[in-house]
Amino acid sequence: METTVILGAWVAAFLTLGIFSYLYKDNPFYKIAEHLFVGISAGYWISIFFWTQIQPNLFGRLWPSSEYSDSFWYSIYNGLGFLSSAVFPEGGIDKGHGLDPIYIIPLILGVMMLLSLIPKVNWFARWGIAYTVGMAAGLRAYGYLNSNVIGQIKGTAANLADPNLPFFSLTSPSTFNGIVILVGTITGLIYFYFSKEHKGVLGKASRIGIYFLMISFGASFGFAVMGRISLLIGRFVDLIKFSGSDYHHAPIWILVFMLIILGYGAFRDKGSNTTQSA
Amino acid sequence: MKDKQFWLVLGGITLAFLIYWFAGHPFFNHDRIVMFIAIVAMSATLLYFIRMAERGEDFYLRPIPGLKAVEEAVGRSTEMGKPVLYVPGIMDMDQVETVAGVIVLGHVAKMTARYETSLNVPVSRSIVMKAAREACRESYMVEGRPDMFNEDMVHYLTDDQFAYAAGVNGIMVREKPAACLYMGKFYAESLILAETGNSIGAIQIAGTASQAQIPFFVTACDYTLIGEEFFAASAYLSKKPELIGGVKGQDMIKAAVLTLIVVSVILRILYETWGIGFDIIKLLTVQ
Repeated sequence: METTVILGAWVAAFLTLGIFSYLYKDNPFYKIAEHLFVGISAGYWISIFFWTQIQPNLFGRLWPSSEYSDSFWYSIYNGLGFLSSAVFPEGGIDKGHGLDPIYIIPLILGVMMLLSLIPKVNWFARWGIAYTVGMAAGLRAYGYLNSNVIGQIKGTAANLADPNLPFFSLTSPSTFNGIVILVGTITGLIYFYFSKEHKGVLGKASRIGIYFLMISFGASFGFAVMGRISLLIGRFVDLIKFSGSDYHHAPIWILVFMLIILGYGAFRDKGSNTTQSA
Repeated sequence: MKDKQFWLVLGGITLAFLIYWFAGHPFFNHDRIVMFIAIVAMSATLLYFIRMAERGEDFYLRPIPGLKAVEEAVGRSTEMGKPVLYVPGIMDMDQVETVAGVIVLGHVAKMTARYETSLNVPVSRSIVMKAAREACRESYMVEGRPDMFNEDMVHYLTDDQFAYAAGVNGIMVREKPAACLYMGKFYAESLILAETGNSIGAIQIAGTASQAQIPFFVTACDYTLIGEEFFAASAYLSKKPELIGGVKGQDMIKAAVLTLIVVSVILRILYETWGIGFDIIKLLTVQ
């Protein structure tokens, strides 16, 4: 087996056990794993965003190789090419896009965000934020209205009176399930009614609504816990795999090393606490 | 019917639309007429109640324990001399929950400025960092404490979900904040954060509309703002008439939706049983 693969397994085992060591308490192994994780992921995502979004989808649409010419627009590009030939290769960017001048707007908004580094003009960054929030609000309002409001009304009414459905079935559409959905939707909605005190009929209905919500949360909780268990199993499978002789028993040695260090730390802390109290 | 100006404008727009309609309504997508009616009706309702509130109408809002607890949590941090940790979720500003989280952060920052308590806001998106900084800066200015604001109180960790969770956990166990507020869009990191906050004995308040994560917050936090409660938080905390009017308007929309559900069910039963010629499901199916 290649040395790099074995080294990778040791690093993976160390980081996994380092994160697990948090179950004991905050300790240097956890701190190493945490800081590596945060730092590397921050750098990794910047790189990923740049090479999967900004370079191909933004620069690739502003200076595509298919439209390359001696125009002023491409002379700017050639100027940028002096900064980095990897980002701005000679002859334009070939990512399968044509010239799309509308992409000048995201470029300007992006530059405005970067201006936040200059205190005198950092207010430009607000334009980018305003665009993001405004665009998202408008875009999502339609989607939510369609799926969460109109769709819910339709879904509630759809299965209630269908003569082809059985009256009772827990696992498939039935009239009984339709009634449960109707009562759950109405009482759930009443719970979120804020401008009237929840007393009398309204209070009782909202109480039923919260029961519905809690039951759905409970089901969701169980479902998510099952997912987490599968993630845990995934980590254990890797640790068991790396415990083999192919990987020189990486987790076992790392675990022994960690236990010795943490045990010594605990012993030393106990000693210093005793001295302080004396 | 008190707002003559509103009804006048609404009448004018309706008249203009009727002229457009009878002139042959070019470019009108008939498949989406339900959406058109819904958007117009909802917008008009919201505007009407916002204007009513602005004109001095007093609207009752039932108390929400989680929102009352926000000020208590900041007060507790002040008494203990520990910071307040505010987590605005892991998504960008294109999510309504993140926007709501940043708005609530503005109110929390006002409280921390008033009580002279330190505030720590780790974020996972660059645009959220900028927006959160602006919200905090404005709050500290409004409270007359710009000297207490420093840009590093809102700081970027990483875009990666679990690396961010690990980073926030590290801050929790080392700084031991007395109050942890989670307001925004969360995914699988919710329980990791809330469990750690619980283990350090912090008072925890969460607010999210992420349906799958609410159970975790309910389990591990002292108070949880569920869905709409979270979106109404801004109105509750600021007590601004235009926001309270917005909440009242949304309540009216909910009442209309409830009525529509009942009417739809009745029409559906009539369609299936007696065969009336009108299928509500067809009308509600938006292309």
